[in-house]
This record gives sequence, C-alpha cells and structure tokens, in this order.
Amino acid sequence: MPASIRLAYLKHYPSVWAAALEGGVADVFPAEVRGAPLNLDLRPAYAPDRRQYHATLILASLLRHRPDEDAKILGVTPVDLYIPVLTFVFGQSQLDGPGAVISTHRLSNEFYGLPPDDGLLLERAIKEAIHELGHAFGLVHCPRGACVMHASSYVEDVDLKDPDFCADCRRGLLD
Amino acid sequence: MSKRKILIVDDEMSVRQSLGEWFLEDGFEVETAEDGNLALQKMEHGPYDIVLVDLKMPGMDGIALQKRIREIDSRATVIILTAYASVDTAVEALKLGAFDYVTKPVDPDDLSNLVRNALRQQELSEENVRLKEKVSALSQASPIVGKSKKMQHVLEMISTVAETDSTVVIRGESGTGKELIARAIHAQSKRRFFPIVAVNAGSIPETLLESELFGHEKGAFTGAQYRRKGKIELAHGGTLFLDEIGDVTAKMQIDLLRVLESKRFTRLGGNQEITSDFRLVCATNKDLEGMVADGRFREDLYYRINVFSMQVPPLRERPEDVLPLAMFFLEKYARAMGRPVPALTSVAEEVLCRYRWPGNVRELENAIERAMVIGKGPTIESDDLPFREDQPDPARSARSLAALERVHIERVLRETDGNVTQAARVLGIDRATLYNKIKRYGIRR
Repeated sequence: MPASIRLAYLKHYPSVWAAALEGGVADVFPAEVRGAPLNLDLRPAYAPDRRQYHATLILASLLRHRPDEDAKILGVTPVDLYIPVLTFVFGQSQLDGPGAVISTHRLSNEFYGLPPDDGLLLERAIKEAIHELGHAFGLVHCPRGACVMHASSYVEDVDLKDPDFCADCRRGLLD
Repeated sequence: MSKRKILIVDDEMSVRQSLGEWFLEDGFEVETAEDGNLALQKMEHGPYDIVLVDLKMPGMDGIALQKRIREIDSRATVIILTAYASVDTAVEALKLGAFDYVTKPVDPDDLSNLVRNALRQQELSEENVRLKEKVSALSQASPIVGKSKKMQHVLEMISTVAETDSTVVIRGESGTGKELIARAIHAQSKRRFFPIVAVNAGSIPETLLESELFGHEKGAFTGAQYRRKGKIELAHGGTLFLDEIGDVTAKMQIDLLRVLESKRFTRLGGNQEITSDFRLVCATNKDLEGMVADGRFREDLYYRINVFSMQVPPLRERPEDVLPLAMFFLEKYARAMGRPVPALTSVAEEVLCRYRWPGNVRELENAIERAMVIGKGPTIESDDLPFREDQPDPARSARSLAALERVHIERVLRETDGNVTQAARVLGIDRATLYNKIKRYGIRR
C-alpha cells in the first residue's frame, strides 16, 4: 500500500464536496489522501466528432504529475470520457498501475434531465473513485453486486453498490 | 477457476489498448494482435475462450480470419467488431459461425452482456458435451460378460458393425442377451448420443404394434385422445431395436419394409409424412430362412434387414462364461440389496458349471437373484440354487419317464418345503402314492 493517494481536480475544482470526496476515499484506503486542482491541458484529448475526451490520453498526461514513485494519482474531471471502442466510460484505470481518472459528467443528475443533487453526486463520485483506485491497486471486477468493485455500466449500477470493498476484495487489496 | 482468455484482434492500437484494459479489469487474461497473421500465431498457443475480431483490417480481413480461427480452435467464440457501414458483412460473419457482432463504439453494457452471454453459451455447450459423455458411459454400464472365444468373437463383431449404419439381425436362443448386444452396438456407434428405442414385436398384438411403431393422431381410433409419437419417430437420430422380428404379421412386414426403404411414414390417422433417421437392429430366435422358404416371412424384408447377421451363442456352448457371469450378477444384486457380495461355495460353483442352462443368461441371472434372496449368509450354497448338484440338467439327463418323474417330485417337494401333503395335492396324487415314489426313487426330503 503506497504512502499517499493524490486526487487531482482537472478543469474544475468542486469546492462544495472535494473535501468529502477525499474523506470518502481515505475511509477505505489506509493511505494519506490529499487533493488539489491540477492545471492539465485537456485539449489534446478532445475528440470533436464525439464531443468527448479520450480517457487514455488524459491518464497518460496525468501520470506525469505524480508527486512521487510510490504515490497513486486519481484525476477527477467533469468532462465526458470515452475510450475509442466504447461509447463512454465513467473512469479509466491502469490495472495495478500508478493512476486512474474518473468523470463526474454522467454521475450528475443533470445529465439525465433530473434536478441537481450534490449529495448523490458526491456519493457516486466516492464510489467511482474507490472503484478506479481499486483497479490501480490490482483488483479486478467483483461478482458481488454490493461490492464497490462490481462493474458498473450505468449510473443505476453505481447507486446499487456500497462505497466499500467486500471481504474478498479487501483481502486482495491488503495482499 | 483459471482466468478466461481473450484475444483482441484490431489494427487500431487505441482499440486494442482500451479494450485490453477493459477486459483486464473484468478479470480476463488478455492478449492482443494487430493483424490476422499475428492473431493466428497467438491462436496456435491458445486456447482462447473469446476472440474479438475487427472486420476491416489490412491484409487478412475479419471474415477470412474467422474461418482460419475455426480451423485452429472450433471451441473459441468469435465476436466481430465492426463500424455501422459494415453491418452487412458482419451478418455474413454470423452466417459463418461468429457468435455475434458489435458496432464501434459499443455501449459498455452491451459489450459486457455480449461477453457474458458468449461465456454462458460456452459453459452450456461444454456441460452438454460432459453430459453426453456421461450418458454414453451410462449406456455402456451393462457390460457384456464373456471370456469365451465365442463371446470374444461377438464382441469383435459388435465393434465392427457399430461403426457402420447397416441393419443388423441378432440371432440366438431366448435369454442369450440379444437386447444387450443391440444396446452395445448402439453405445459404440456414432448414434450413441441419441436414444435407442426398443420394441418387442412378439409381445404386442398387430393393431397395437402399428400404433406403437408409427404413432397416431388424436382421434385416429377409439381411445386415441391425444396425438402420440411412435417408436420409429422417437428413435430419430438413434437406433430402433425391434425384438422378435420373426413374430410380426404379414401386414406389418409390408409396413416395415416400406418405412425401411424410405425412412418415411405417417402416423395412424394422419396424412403428414414424417421422416425418421434411425438405424434398425432387430433380433429373433426364429429360423428366418426357414420362414422365408415357407412363405411366412417376406423375402424382400429378409434381405432388407439381414445386412449383417450375428449369432449369440447359448450359455451351454460357453461354459467358461458361467462363473464370471454368476459373479457379475452376485455383485449386481448385492449392490441392489445393499449387502456384501457373497461368495459361491466350490460345490455351488460346480453345480452352476454342470448345469446346461436352457434359459441361458436370463435363467442364470434369475437363479442368482433367487439364491441371494434365499441365502442370507456370506456364501451361496448349492442348496440355495434352484436345482440340485446331482441333477445338473433335468431336461436333458432325464432320459426315461421315471427319471423325469423323480426330478419333478423333487422340485415340488422343494417348493412345498418337504410337506408331503401339499406336494401330493400339487402333483395330483394321494399321499400314500407319493410316499411310495419317494421311497422308490430314494428322494431325500
């Protein structure tokens, strides 16, 4: 387990709930969790035909901003992410790698035409952050529906999960 | 459980990379290839559970690659990746055996569901193979016991004929195990994953046999309340075992000949022609050639069924098989009765070997079953057997009327537990006469 996890807010700093997100992540990872805005140029990752950002490219430039070799870095951004073969992704990670990125674009109620709900957005963001960091710590998808490592294709799937690991995944994390 | 393996074949690096990471996170072991040739090299070192193949690639395209993949590993599930413009070609890929196709970019949920379904289908098909193998093993669960040269020859003939689709006639006396031979032929044939359907033509009246074989439509005759498939239809893909073929009537012989020639028939009361792909194995203890000569069996049907003829030897012609068969039945009934397998005393063994077994293997099986019911101990004594050591073959050794009478009196006395009054009543003589006969023949009670 690394000594620290760095949360890097890309393009927008969610001052309302950033501290709560860091707290949620710190609750499940025994590491020092700190967050700060990061001025990363996302334009090279933008695909005008899709009006989305290429998650892999963002992740590649994000990794250059790791504070140290042992730290994990998680990018948090409001832009819509994709990988070429999929229509969208909530986030992307390098399995057992140094970093990950999540998007809050499809986690917010507004995307689905519903009234804003910061509380719900925070809850979803915490789950996705833990999920992608879980991959970065080497965990794969979990078949248990309540485990945070369960695969989520839709926001409803995210809502069904707990913001924590099941016993098996926690064991895998500590191993 | 070992990780599922997936091979991603796409000329676009970004697709290989992003899909690779996606499936790594899903717990797959992932390999990628940028073209068809590289993919085929990787396939040689497989196996892969799923191969995702891009349709449009320079060099070998997805369709050509899919064909080659099937040649290397027919078990691998191929999923085609395509753009909207190439959907027609993707459909062609489906016709060639691809599991499904996805259009890029694909919805994450669609991709997950597709792969999940592909794996589920693979598991079901593997389970299907396992079950078929189990069924095949079970269908061979009644082994043909016989060390004698004659039975070894029968076993060789079974192996030879099982590989073919020819009609077989199994001949032999009653009780020699003709149905067992038919089942062994079926179990070793390529039809073994389909049913073997047995019909005893000798035990069913003609009108019922017709309905039994061909089935009937609702209302075909009084009492036909439902449509019913016949045995010929049920044997589709498998084997129809027609026992006692020599006993079928002249009209049924014509019907059988017709269905054997065309493999087509109609149910009773129906007009829809039904095709059934079955192999016919029949059995008889009759002299078919003699019946043909007498005009009691149709010559054309005889030649149609008598493609391969096998003779099952009676048990008296293979005495060395008696004890192995006895042991087999002892074990069988011990298992059924949930008790240890009893041993045969040397006297009992001698009695079994000396007897001539007019009822053949069936009689031996009955004798052993009866002995196990009567004898509860760890051994089977000669007294537990339904005949005595000194009368190994009553029917043959009793040459005079007196000898036959003695054997018969002994039997009745055994059946009445030595009660002379009861035995006399059964024999239809008075007690005094019976006493005299017991004394005259020196019968022990």
